[in-house]
Amino acid sequence: MYQENILEHYENPQNFGEISNPTVSVEDSNPLCGDKLGVHILIDDKEIIKDIKFHGHGCAISMAAMSMLTEKLLGKNINYIKDLSKDDILEMLGIPISMTRIKCALLSLKISKLGFIEYHKDK
Amino acid sequence: MNIEKIRKDFPILEREVHPGKKLVYLDNAATSQKPNQVIDVISEFYRNNNANIHRGVHKLSEESTEMYDDAHTKVSKFINADKMEEMIFTRNTSESINLVMHSLVDGKLKKGDEIISTVMEHHSNIVPWTILKDKGIKVNFVDINEKDGILKLEQFEELINKNTKLVTCIHGSNVLGTINPVKEIGKIAHDNDAFFLVDGAQSVPHMKVDVKKMDCDFFAFSGHKMLAPTGIGALYGKEEILENISPFMYGGDMIKEVSLEKSSWNDLPWKFEAGTSNISGGIGLGAAVDYLESVGMDDIRDHEIKLTEYALNRLEEVDGLKLFGPKDMKIRGGVVSFVLNKVHPHDVASIMDTEGVAVRSGHHCAQPLIERLGENSTTRASFYLYNTKEEVDKLIEGIEKVKKTFRL
Ligand SMILES: Cc1ncc(COP(=O)(O)O)c(C=O)c1O
Repeated sequence: MYQENILEHYENPQNFGEISNPTVSVEDSNPLCGDKLGVHILIDDKEIIKDIKFHGHGCAISMAAMSMLTEKLLGKNINYIKDLSKDDILEMLGIPISMTRIKCALLSLKISKLGFIEYHKDK
Repeated sequence: MNIEKIRKDFPILEREVHPGKKLVYLDNAATSQKPNQVIDVISEFYRNNNANIHRGVHKLSEESTEMYDDAHTKVSKFINADKMEEMIFTRNTSESINLVMHSLVDGKLKKGDEIISTVMEHHSNIVPWTILKDKGIKVNFVDINEKDGILKLEQFEELINKNTKLVTCIHGSNVLGTINPVKEIGKIAHDNDAFFLVDGAQSVPHMKVDVKKMDCDFFAFSGHKMLAPTGIGALYGKEEILENISPFMYGGDMIKEVSLEKSSWNDLPWKFEAGTSNISGGIGLGAAVDYLESVGMDDIRDHEIKLTEYALNRLEEVDGLKLFGPKDMKIRGGVVSFVLNKVHPHDVASIMDTEGVAVRSGHHCAQPLIERLGENSTTRASFYLYNTKEEVDKLIEGIEKVKKTFRL
């Protein structure tokens, strides 16, 4: 599970930080693990994700997944998130995730979905 | 104490959890493993005796009733209660504490009353009290000294007043390992006419407990942490108090006489055991007590002290590892929580698992305490009578593997 790319993302998370004027800002936690992540997304008129940054703390799996997902989402249409599935995340991670750790991997997906919902709520 | 012989009683300890990796079970604070002596008693009961209790006149019902009642007697003696009337079987510690809460709310607690608990508690001894806010009942929390993880005892005196109706605390901490001076805390409660409830989930399985000596009014614990099956727990209560508080649940078996207008309650402890009980679980708990007594609680405590001391010494040598809880083994149980540099406890536990070492990570159902310690979660190893020094070594090897994986 702890392959090079996971550790790499954990030690040097991509898009880690905050955006001062995000279009949407959401966060969520896995209370049982004590993981808490949030994401800021900047979306332009054409609904393109211009910038995306995440903050918070989590285990290697949840942090790496979040880091990879922000890379994937940057430059995409916000509606891309709508069809994003659990399998997409697992494929993106490219490692076998045990049953007990699936929640860690999917925290990133949950937060992205929240961001998507939040974006459309304001309309 | 012959550990080798003891280990043979626990078939699960022979298991391989991953190819070539034998189970090293260090998650005993969550739940313990079960010996053949308990498993067999339960299956024997279903093969031989099973019937409903306290109602039938036939042979099996008589046998089942006797076995279930006997278990109450055994468990009450185990914690030195005077009689089985003071021993109520529940599902677990959480239900025992909820029982006390509901029974006190119905007649003993009113708006303006106060309760004292502590930040060291498991959620099961926080939430049942904080929800009473809606009824105008306030809960105050005694803090810990974070350096050694012991309660700031003087705060009990400071917080208690004439409105305080209940003082409650955890006996053995499931995070810090701290064993609290319950006798002294109980005295403060009683000097101020408050009830005293103790959460004994982590003490009864591991040391000799004497409810008379500590003079508590209520004492809650779980069977599954002391070699018995899940779904059976217990609440000790002083007879005169149990006589005077309301039942918790209503229905069959807890009544003496029922008319359509009014019912009278059954004798203790059955007044508090509505409906068909977990009969096999109760009998299993009796068998677990027999087993623990055959080994000897003092020997079990000594064994755990030695293991914990050894574990703490070895863990102290690990670079970047932070330990919690008291160093003095007189006030410390076999629970060791730690954090390792910036490695998340979840990752620690996952990597340990690949070596067959079962430890717990997270907030251990004690979020306020973890927060008080300035952490988001910890990794916890917890020992029991069947654990060995070699298993502590496996724990250390597991930590070394974590460090290697994370290039520390
Ligand atoms: C100190 C303490 N209190 C209460 C509980 C709750 O026990 P149960 O889940 O059996 O109700 C636990 C178990 O984790 C515990 O360690």
